[in-house]
Amino acid sequence: MPATIVQTNPVPFNRVAIDPVTLDIIENALRNARIEMDATLVRTAMSPGIREQGDAFPLIADHTGKMIVGQFGSFIDGFLRNFDGTLEDGDLIFLSDPYSVDGAISHSNDWLVLLPVFKDGRLIGYTSMFGHQSDIGGKVVGSMPINAHAIFEEGVRIPPVKLWKQGAFNADLLKLVLHQTRKPDWCLADLNALIASCRVAARRVIEMAERFGDDVYFSATQELLARNHRAMKALIGMAIAEQPVSFEDYICDDGMGAGPYRIRCTMHREGEQVVLDFDGTDPQSAASINFYLNENMFKMFFGIYMIMVFDPQILFNDGFYDLIDVRIPAGSLLKPKFPAALSGRTHALGRIFDILGGLLGQKTPEFLNAAGFSSSPHLFYAGNDTRADRGGEWFQLFQIGFGGIPGRPMGDGPDGHSLWPGFTNVPNEFLERYFPLRIERYECAPDSGGAGLHRGGDGIHMTYRFLSAGVIAIHDDRWFVPPWGVNGGKPGGRARKILEKADGTMQIVGNKVEDLAVEADDQLHFITWGGGGWGDPLDRDPALVGREIREGLVTSGGALAYGVVADATGTVDAAATETLRAQIRTDRGPLALFDFGPDIAALRAACLDETGLPAPVQPQWPHLAAAE
Amino acid sequence: MGYRLGVDVGGTFTDLLLLETGTGAFWRHKTPSTPHDSSVGILNGVTAICAAAGIAPDAIAYFLHGTTVATNAVLEGKGAKVGLVTTEGYRHIMQIARSFVPGGLAGWIIWPKPQPLAALEHTVTVKGRIGADGREVRPLDEDDVRTQLGLLKAAGVEAVTVSLINAYVNGAHEARIGAIAREIMPDAPVSLSHEVLPEMQEYERTLTTVANAAVRPIVGKYVANLRTRLAEAGMAGNLSLLRSDGGLMSAHKAETQPVNILMSGPAGGVTGAIWVGRNAGIRNIMTLDVGGTSTDVALIENLEPRRQRTTEVGHLSVRASALDVKTVGAGGGSIAYVPDLTGALRVGPQSAGAVPGPVAYAKGGTAPTVTDANVVLGYLPENLLGGTFRLDRAGARAAVQTIADRLGIGLMEAARGIIDIVNENMFGALRMISVQQGYDPRDFALMGFGGAGPLHVNAVARLMGSWPAISPVSPGVLCALGDATTRMRTETARSFSRLAAQTSAEDLIAVLDEMAAQTRAELIADGVPEAEVSSLFEVDVRYAGQAFEVPLTITADDLRRDGMGGILARFDAEHLRLFTFNMETPHEIVNLRAVAQGQVPDLPAPQIARGDGNPRAAFMREHVMWMDGREQTGAIYDRARLRAGDVIQGPAIVCEMDSTTLIETGCVGTVDACGNILITLA
Repeated sequence: MPATIVQTNPVPFNRVAIDPVTLDIIENALRNARIEMDATLVRTAMSPGIREQGDAFPLIADHTGKMIVGQFGSFIDGFLRNFDGTLEDGDLIFLSDPYSVDGAISHSNDWLVLLPVFKDGRLIGYTSMFGHQSDIGGKVVGSMPINAHAIFEEGVRIPPVKLWKQGAFNADLLKLVLHQTRKPDWCLADLNALIASCRVAARRVIEMAERFGDDVYFSATQELLARNHRAMKALIGMAIAEQPVSFEDYICDDGMGAGPYRIRCTMHREGEQVVLDFDGTDPQSAASINFYLNENMFKMFFGIYMIMVFDPQILFNDGFYDLIDVRIPAGSLLKPKFPAALSGRTHALGRIFDILGGLLGQKTPEFLNAAGFSSSPHLFYAGNDTRADRGGEWFQLFQIGFGGIPGRPMGDGPDGHSLWPGFTNVPNEFLERYFPLRIERYECAPDSGGAGLHRGGDGIHMTYRFLSAGVIAIHDDRWFVPPWGVNGGKPGGRARKILEKADGTMQIVGNKVEDLAVEADDQLHFITWGGGGWGDPLDRDPALVGREIREGLVTSGGALAYGVVADATGTVDAAATETLRAQIRTDRGPLALFDFGPDIAALRAACLDETGLPAPVQPQWPHLAAAE
Repeated sequence: MGYRLGVDVGGTFTDLLLLETGTGAFWRHKTPSTPHDSSVGILNGVTAICAAAGIAPDAIAYFLHGTTVATNAVLEGKGAKVGLVTTEGYRHIMQIARSFVPGGLAGWIIWPKPQPLAALEHTVTVKGRIGADGREVRPLDEDDVRTQLGLLKAAGVEAVTVSLINAYVNGAHEARIGAIAREIMPDAPVSLSHEVLPEMQEYERTLTTVANAAVRPIVGKYVANLRTRLAEAGMAGNLSLLRSDGGLMSAHKAETQPVNILMSGPAGGVTGAIWVGRNAGIRNIMTLDVGGTSTDVALIENLEPRRQRTTEVGHLSVRASALDVKTVGAGGGSIAYVPDLTGALRVGPQSAGAVPGPVAYAKGGTAPTVTDANVVLGYLPENLLGGTFRLDRAGARAAVQTIADRLGIGLMEAARGIIDIVNENMFGALRMISVQQGYDPRDFALMGFGGAGPLHVNAVARLMGSWPAISPVSPGVLCALGDATTRMRTETARSFSRLAAQTSAEDLIAVLDEMAAQTRAELIADGVPEAEVSSLFEVDVRYAGQAFEVPLTITADDLRRDGMGGILARFDAEHLRLFTFNMETPHEIVNLRAVAQGQVPDLPAPQIARGDGNPRAAFMREHVMWMDGREQTGAIYDRARLRAGDVIQGPAIVCEMDSTTLIETGCVGTVDACGNILITLA
């Protein structure tokens, strides 16, 4: 049953001719409104995930639900098809169940607010925003249990409901939801922030319609979609071949000992349409690493990558959707069947971007970037704060880490930066003041960036010293299958986690662990992946390699990957370097477009030696009959 | 009383404004800037303006100066070679920064990797640790300190900065390292983070400390050179520089705290606007400073400019107070183009700059710019700069025609489109400082200045509903005017970080009094008579758990009278205004600041002769321009001949030496007693 939209004014919008200048003005104003949504959100949210790290995504759509500005594409069309109710002036929809919106949000931690914008009795658009809640209840602190087998274990699930109904606030509903979480104060503040952002944008939409007239505003949104359609059509014709190209990459494991899981995508063009087919992707996992990938969201990712890689001037919106056909096999890792657990979807979400990069760039190596996405590495730490004057109060931390940006056509990948839009790290002094933690180290992990003419960014070596006993959980990936290099560049370093006990003993811990008890004065070395390298490392200026040794970004041992012989002070031995480079050139074969490192069998064989962890075993299917 | 001289050095011109303090009489002068050594241009200007006023340079009691020397040092990476000493485990603090990559999803593909302001090669770490509670966790290893400082010395660093984790709570380790550094490198200036910025957040504190050290030698050299040149010219008055926050500081103090003058340039226009507003009786103003490549906007409420706690320079965000000036890449030189894929009309941020400049300037420019569109439409008639400079009207038309052809519209429509788009970009910046901050733009006047501000101010005011649109007297030298008419200022800040319920007004007053004593002493040391120093306080409040604070200005008397409850009530009101909701969550007092200010100099603007309301004495000729989709005949007036009370019907153009004011159809411009033109809807 589709949603019923109740409009008191039945007059349809008129498509009117619109001059290009007015169109550009409206486009610009919409862009500003979106910036305003972000600003409102981060200034009023409270959970560190949103306020410090910016884990939230805004959207402004036209009256049919097509995204005009935003970056994750619109889910509204799917929502309207599935929502069994009315949509009226004064309503505000609130939801968190991925299965209710075709995966527009991909785990229950993301709370979404959707505000239909009415003007003079007519629906004129939508504003929407979702953000990651630090805790929504469920079996573990942070609500993202690696070992969940069903979404019911992952905290409160909110189907689409009206938090505001025709202008009336449903306080009881909110009370019921907040009662399920360990951090009702954060959830409430963040929800307020999401709503405030949507209301700000709705005001801007109405102001624009008042300024230009409803029909002009309506026509402008349609023309913006059409303009984007034309631009993408030209771009697709230029950049995408009819012959199929395929690319595949892996999620290292599911945290339950099985892995790697393959994600495969094949792309080809049929006339003006691009087909992206995930046939060959592994079936869904029995654990929570499934990523319910919304087709429209993937279209948007594809569009944004096309634009960024080939022509960054274009503003993206939903206008090009019918140019792209996304096919995802049901029951696969990317379209799991209900009630599969979804909370650990961040790894596959990250991997999707490496796959897009590999797909789009392989016929145009000059535009190709190396791999750099692990995921959003998470650390959870919870317990009672035993520091003086803290009264043993409950604390819980959810922190997102960063790694190396890949080597790129334009140059080196930045060290320890975020691939996600708008994310920032949390100041360590903030962590130390508000949590029983001392951050003993926060530096680049030298040599973790893949060697290349353009070096991949180094990952981060962060050392947490726990000052109170508690439990931690870790979610990370790229510990088993390395981030690949391109055009002769080498793969980046893999992620590692080491627990150093107070007595000095070292214990390798997994990259996906849940409920690990830690004692006061234990130290966790949380080491993230490095970006893959770009271009032949033997072409990199030896003096630059020498300087990076002095900078602590590369070691003298690591310099050998560039064919550079240098001591620990970065002094380069020019003659030895020349000899070594000549030797490597003679010994090696032709450079491949992609350097994935060893194959899966070889990675398995060397896993224990190299990582200190047992190799993941090949996942078996079918495992579970899906419940209905 | 003598004379006050304001001097603003821009990229193209050095502007000077000389005020006679007793009478309010003033002289202005514009002379080409001399980028290789700004003092040459300044001295040229001083000589000329003194001659015009018939005075000797020694009659100038105050030389007040806005400069971009510190800004450029940062932007162009020409700062000093700074050594950074930080805590063991944090060597890459400047390399990792806040991990932020701008540009949205996939923005990393096209983002250039920045180089840290303190080179990583010259960043060392030392053993020793202070905890978050201020207690020493591990003692400072002084042997290690000596070894590391030895490395910096060997590397030839010119300045040493020390920024340790948690130094904002306890600066003892930093102080000790500073002492050892002075011993090992007696010639290198030393900056300690807990002195420069005693606030939480290690990256921002370190960056601010490093930025200060990096620009210090450059500002020092600049000031010394300027001082020598001025002395040679016979000037013996006080030399002060304009701070980013709109106050003045002695040149001597600026040499040690140059981080406070990073945005000295744009601040001048805002302080100038305040002076104009005070004289015109208009207290709520938004400023629109339109230059060749960019436009700066700011908001003034009740004659007080909005300030912010950070100074944005390029991609760096330094923690030093600055006027809340937003910049957009929209100016007279902004280039219009139509990208192939979308066929959309875009204007800027690419700019033709001063060289080659707009096509109409006939200096080799070929790309159509905003200035060219203004020429085509007839908004920029005849000569700029008093007739020394002819415009290439045909060239401008041909350039704009390329845009018209790409869009399939007429020449005039294309030209007007370029203007509409650039106005819209300015409108976007103005929204950020008004609507987004909870202000209704209709409660504000809009003042346009800089070379092209008065040309756009009428149209932008119409978009904003901000009336009147003001073309101030001497819009081309308003920055210099601001330099000359603002007051001395200093401030200090501290982290407080306590829940409101766990502290009291008395606690706050105790800390604030101590901070007030410090800032008062600084101003007195800077030559301000004690009786003229006034203090005010700022308290940053948030709901515990939020990341952003709302700054509230208070006086000690308010605090005593209304107590903590008074502050919290004001916070709730402000939060509601900004974000549309309040919460039950406890309040946190985050930071405290004490500001000390000198007196506002009593400098009334001179009044011009009053006329009978008819501007015919200033009428130059009739003129055709394109407006509202048709050709219209209006008039051109000579600003120098306007009289108070004159009423000009739009469409009209008012010309002066360095600026042109456009009054649109349907609007009227009224000349006020001081010569400002106030434009309103007819």
